[in-house]
Amino acid sequence: MRLILHIWRQRNVHEKGRMVRYEVPDVNPDMSFLEMLDVLNEQLIAKGEMPVAFDHDCREGICGMCGFMINGVAHGPLRGTTVCQLHMRHFHDGQELYLEPWRARAFPLVRDLVVNRSAFDRLIAAGGFISASTGSAPDGNAILVPKENADRAMDAAACIGCGACVAMCPNASASLFLGAKISHLGLLPQGQPERGDRVIAMVAQARQEMFGSCTSIGECEAVCPKEIKLEVIARMNRDFIAAAWQGRGAAAEDQISAPEEPLAGNRAIETRSAG
Amino acid sequence: MELNSKTPTGPIETRWERHRFSLKLVNPANKRKHTIIVVGSGLAGGSASATLAELGYNIKCFCFQDSPRRAHSIAAQGGINAAKNYHNDGDSVYRLFYDTVKGGDFRSRESNVYRLAQISVNIIDQCVAQGVPFAREYSGYLDNRSFGGAQVSRTFYARGQTGQQLLLGAYQALERQVGAGRVQMFPRTEMLDLIVIDGRARGIVTRNLITGKIESHFADAVVLGTGGYGNVYYLSTNAKGSNATAIWRAHKRGAFFANPCFTQIHPTCIPVSGDYQSKLTLMSESLRNDGRVWVPVKKGDHRPPNAIPENERDYYLERRYPSFGNLVPRDVASRNAKAVCDEGHGVGETSLAVYLDFRDAIARLGTHVIRERYGNLFDMYERITGENPYQVPMRIYPAIHYTMGGLWVDYNLMSTIPGLYVIGEANFSDHGANRLGASALMQGLADGYFVLPNTINDYLASHRFEAVDAGHPAAQQAEAQVRALTQRFLETKGTRSVDSFHRELGKLMWDYCGMSRTAEGLKYALSKIPELRDQFWREVRVLGGGEELNQSLEKAGRVADFFELAELMCIDALHRNESCGGHFREEYQTEDGEAARNDDEYSYVAAWQFCGPGISPTLHKEPLTFEYVHPTQRSYK
Repeated sequence: MRLILHIWRQRNVHEKGRMVRYEVPDVNPDMSFLEMLDVLNEQLIAKGEMPVAFDHDCREGICGMCGFMINGVAHGPLRGTTVCQLHMRHFHDGQELYLEPWRARAFPLVRDLVVNRSAFDRLIAAGGFISASTGSAPDGNAILVPKENADRAMDAAACIGCGACVAMCPNASASLFLGAKISHLGLLPQGQPERGDRVIAMVAQARQEMFGSCTSIGECEAVCPKEIKLEVIARMNRDFIAAAWQGRGAAAEDQISAPEEPLAGNRAIETRSAG
Repeated sequence: MELNSKTPTGPIETRWERHRFSLKLVNPANKRKHTIIVVGSGLAGGSASATLAELGYNIKCFCFQDSPRRAHSIAAQGGINAAKNYHNDGDSVYRLFYDTVKGGDFRSRESNVYRLAQISVNIIDQCVAQGVPFAREYSGYLDNRSFGGAQVSRTFYARGQTGQQLLLGAYQALERQVGAGRVQMFPRTEMLDLIVIDGRARGIVTRNLITGKIESHFADAVVLGTGGYGNVYYLSTNAKGSNATAIWRAHKRGAFFANPCFTQIHPTCIPVSGDYQSKLTLMSESLRNDGRVWVPVKKGDHRPPNAIPENERDYYLERRYPSFGNLVPRDVASRNAKAVCDEGHGVGETSLAVYLDFRDAIARLGTHVIRERYGNLFDMYERITGENPYQVPMRIYPAIHYTMGGLWVDYNLMSTIPGLYVIGEANFSDHGANRLGASALMQGLADGYFVLPNTINDYLASHRFEAVDAGHPAAQQAEAQVRALTQRFLETKGTRSVDSFHRELGKLMWDYCGMSRTAEGLKYALSKIPELRDQFWREVRVLGGGEELNQSLEKAGRVADFFELAELMCIDALHRNESCGGHFREEYQTEDGEAARNDDEYSYVAAWQFCGPGISPTLHKEPLTFEYVHPTQRSYK
């Protein structure tokens, strides 16, 4: 089949970008979406044009490196699927597709479809861990974990950190990502001692990174390739309120008393639409 | 040069303990005065960075991905072994040691393997403490399963995403240290050379993949945890970015490369569907616990699988290996799949596939149990192939998956360059000629959490470190070399893309240095590789510039290294006139078609020294002795 692609081309964050139209003839339905882009890139190189830059690595839907918008939907039309696992049999001959990078102020553009998601790493560094230095652990069976809790923790821990939730959210909120980590660790007995401090620190960091606030729209859940549930955001909110009332750290007071600012995510979109 | 493995002697049970006591320590107050470079952020590099930082060292950690959480360890599905004997089924440290030495076909060091088995139990404890959501029983205790060639249930798992969960554990520990200011993280930064000063590893040259800036970083020791080199075959289960550049350029600076021909083929991958194929996807071999492997008895039988009656199916693994059945080790399962396909029994459009059938398991246990165990794998299979494995059997075929070879290291994990340590898949140390399932995660974490942080102190405490900077001639020479290479790629302005060369090299390697090898085929490959390499240097086309994100440029450097490594792999495979583990030379097999080892002549580690471009490498041998597990012909009948 033949496809018409409109791809966002932008050399770097300083230069202006634009949509460029490409035709890809002979697309095999068994190809993955990224393999289709590989074929396009080979054609571009043959013509002496710079290939389209896109992030990818494992191509098994687990590393979280890939991701862009296809016709306005993060990772494209198939639910619970990263773009590397999306196959061309889900498209039809002559279809026109618009490919754009993730859009969020917290994810500055690098080139074409590539963005910088280091803000996610900083959220984890702020508190998304259990402080268990190597060597200090008791026997693995010393602390029992009810199966149901382990399973639900695993559901949340399945997050691959791709950023689709942020890209799809009108507020560019990172709440699904945050909630997933806070739920994963908060559901386990090992995660209890730091539970309050964790949520306060991570939420404060998210504000600093200019991720927007959550207004429970649910676009994030709809596009999450690992189908993380909105419930994790409710858990985060509950943990946050509990921790703030317990007066966890100076950050808590700052969070509670700060007047509501305009949604950072909205500002992000305004800024980006100019470029 | 004499290879000194520094392996302790005496009773094997206490070797590691006695060795640790003999190593020098670094005073806690002095640790912060040392900087250590760690390249790679997977299970080995990530866990090492976190642990060394917890000890008080300053760490600079580098990865080419946009975040340390993306390292390819994340894709491991099945599980991690540990000799906990939680199931009271006869497991022990000694049994895990025994299985690993035997599984490695007697080409690994007994001391290393015993240490690995001992440490396995600590790894599980550590990961549980970090919040890794391992599968649990209803009682809340840790669940286990038996896995790939083991007769005991010693594999811990987190659904089909064990690698992901273990990596996130290490990544979170690493980020905790980043937050504490003890680790400086350099994502999207690739190591392109090693800086050796006065015979010791003192730094690396890197390229910032976004700005293209080439610069030097210095430290008192350098640790490579950069993974394996399976992508030399182009099609493999490795991530697209996985590469051998760090270890290969360290090899060219003096680190010996051990057993490069020991590569592992994974028996259960989704078959190739077309020439656009960019990678192969693995289906965890835990599937073989419940799935039954078969092909039609009749050659060229293209009926749909469910239309083939029971008596016309050949469950060839169960037939040939009654005691292990579908759970024979990976090399045996892979070769058998190739054999039945070569005989004309293969299935699917290409006839290069065998069935992995869950019909009986679903009938016995119910769909819900199968979904619970393998749900995500079944979903992934359906996404890729468009077929529902709950209703029709999966089609599978072997693919390159892991490389047992790697840079030679001693018992302390130090290479032949003092101060250069190599951990995880990047070294050659523990798996011999074949790795058992669920052992890669174990080794990566053993090296990073428990071995390296104990052994590196000895080196740091035994040497004085003069300050060095980018003005040092060795650093300037290395940087200039990297710049010249980048320039050469950009100025060649040929006609063919980097990928087209990589594909061609990969095909050559798969055909002649893949699942089975012959002297004739290897000689042919050795004549073709230099030809293709010369063509690459003449005709490669890399567009764009060096001072921007340029993915073709990144790939060009990696493929240039694969060309050189491919040649060394063929030289090693040709010199080893025996079959063992993943190295199967057709000339050397038993009457039953099993690998025939030659212990009299080849019971050694082949460590190759780089002698300059165009000059044959020099072979150094580290003899292997077996005091505990006596070499026997492996039998899984």
